[in-house]
Amino acid sequence: MGKRSVVPFGPQHPVLPEPIHLDLVIEDEKVIEAVPNIGFIHRGLEGLTDKRDFKQMTYVIERTCGICSFGHGLGYVETIEKIMNAEVPARGKYLRTVWAELARMHSHLLWLGLMADAFGFESLFYQAWRIRERVLDLLEMTTGGRLIFSVNEPGGVLRDINSDQEKEILKELDIMEDEVKDIEKTFLQDYTVESRLKGVGYLSKEQVHDLGCCGPFARASGLSYDMRKLGYEAYGDLDFEPIISTQGDAYARCECRVKEVFQSIDLIRQAFAKMPGGDIFNPVKGNPNGEHFTRIEQPRGEAIYYVKANGTKKLDRFRMRTPTFANLTGLCETLKNCEYSDVGILALTIDPCISCTER
Amino acid sequence: MANVKRSPWLIHYDGSSCNGCDIEVLACLTPIYDAERLGVENTGDPMQADILLITGGINAQAEPVVKQIYDQMPRPKVVVAVGVCACTGGVFKDCYNIKGGADTVIPVDIYVPGCAARPQSIIDGIIQARDLFQKRSEEHDALVKAGKTYEDLKKEQEAKKEEENG
Repeated sequence: MGKRSVVPFGPQHPVLPEPIHLDLVIEDEKVIEAVPNIGFIHRGLEGLTDKRDFKQMTYVIERTCGICSFGHGLGYVETIEKIMNAEVPARGKYLRTVWAELARMHSHLLWLGLMADAFGFESLFYQAWRIRERVLDLLEMTTGGRLIFSVNEPGGVLRDINSDQEKEILKELDIMEDEVKDIEKTFLQDYTVESRLKGVGYLSKEQVHDLGCCGPFARASGLSYDMRKLGYEAYGDLDFEPIISTQGDAYARCECRVKEVFQSIDLIRQAFAKMPGGDIFNPVKGNPNGEHFTRIEQPRGEAIYYVKANGTKKLDRFRMRTPTFANLTGLCETLKNCEYSDVGILALTIDPCISCTER
Repeated sequence: MANVKRSPWLIHYDGSSCNGCDIEVLACLTPIYDAERLGVENTGDPMQADILLITGGINAQAEPVVKQIYDQMPRPKVVVAVGVCACTGGVFKDCYNIKGGADTVIPVDIYVPGCAARPQSIIDGIIQARDLFQKRSEEHDALVKAGKTYEDLKKEQEAKKEEENG
């Protein structure tokens, strides 16, 4: 029995690109308990509903987070469209799907890079981020922005993908598929990576379910829980199965995300093959009145959006629940009885997006 | 201390931004943009850092953290505000919790605009910051040679100002 002491972790820490504070109660090298303290990036942007009208809010909500920005815009405009009974043209839905999957690829490659950096594999970090730059180039070519796209608006999308751009995207996807296959070998077969990740931070399927976790973090423990199966936007027409793994440790979470990159590549190809022609934008008229809530699958898991409107330009209430908030309980559970040196890796395995959590 | 501008160390802190600028700062350090060819290196330790890259408008809880990081950095130091939120508060300016730009909390030397700031403009900010860092190091050396401290310098400047104002 060693002496108990409390070690602060964060808010400023080399493995964290964003500030979160954990008070780690440790005994020798074992972590007994982790107490998170959040609020370093709380901006209160949900409160901006009384200062901006519902169309302007789209751009505010996209800036909840730089990584999941497309997903947030999508979730919000979809909620508004449901309240206003607006019909989005079929091509608009497919374009949204393509961008959402490209955003998922860039988010997962970013995470894989940060993970490689956390376990000390610097060159793998560089390789993952080099491939990610290809995705960002495609996003910039089609939307004009690298991280914040601002293509969603209630009623459809503001930009179209023409046939030249489509060819370019499909060509780049082939190249990226080969490159991701190369780094997949290192992530999933290299013995140094395996010995660092296997058996670290195990959670069973029941635990994940009871703690309310979502996204790749839950799917890595065998819980088949993917909101894309609800069939919003064009996902209903596309053929895919949620990727699950049964091991439930840090290695399985890594595996899930690598495989989801391939899944996204496949979904984009399917979407382009089935994409109809026609309009992309069908402007909405009037103001929303009523309330609705939507669930969509972000790169990190299930995100919930709630809007209450009163028939004027300004909304009564906007609220969202983001995947990282749901996964934080799972993180505290994995941190119990882990080695102190594993804290950095485990904090990353939930793919923390603190900006989303605190808004 | 000749040519310290060729090897300043960076520290990066996210003071209530949407993390769009943060991942762009990280993207600057990866092979495509490779800010490290300019001699800078990313560090996690404020006590070894020369240039602070700060993103986002600062909120009440982040304020003491930002101040602490700034105070822990040894002199001479340079602060770069990355992104429009760190410059003025940006899209979150009207939020109840946001103080405004980073310059409401700590002195900022260089402002990099953009939402999110592009890697090219961040690199431009870093280049300007290291030139400023070189200038400040030379001033620092002169100060040390003359056997003075920063407090002496501050008093001198205040006295000079009073003299000018009459």
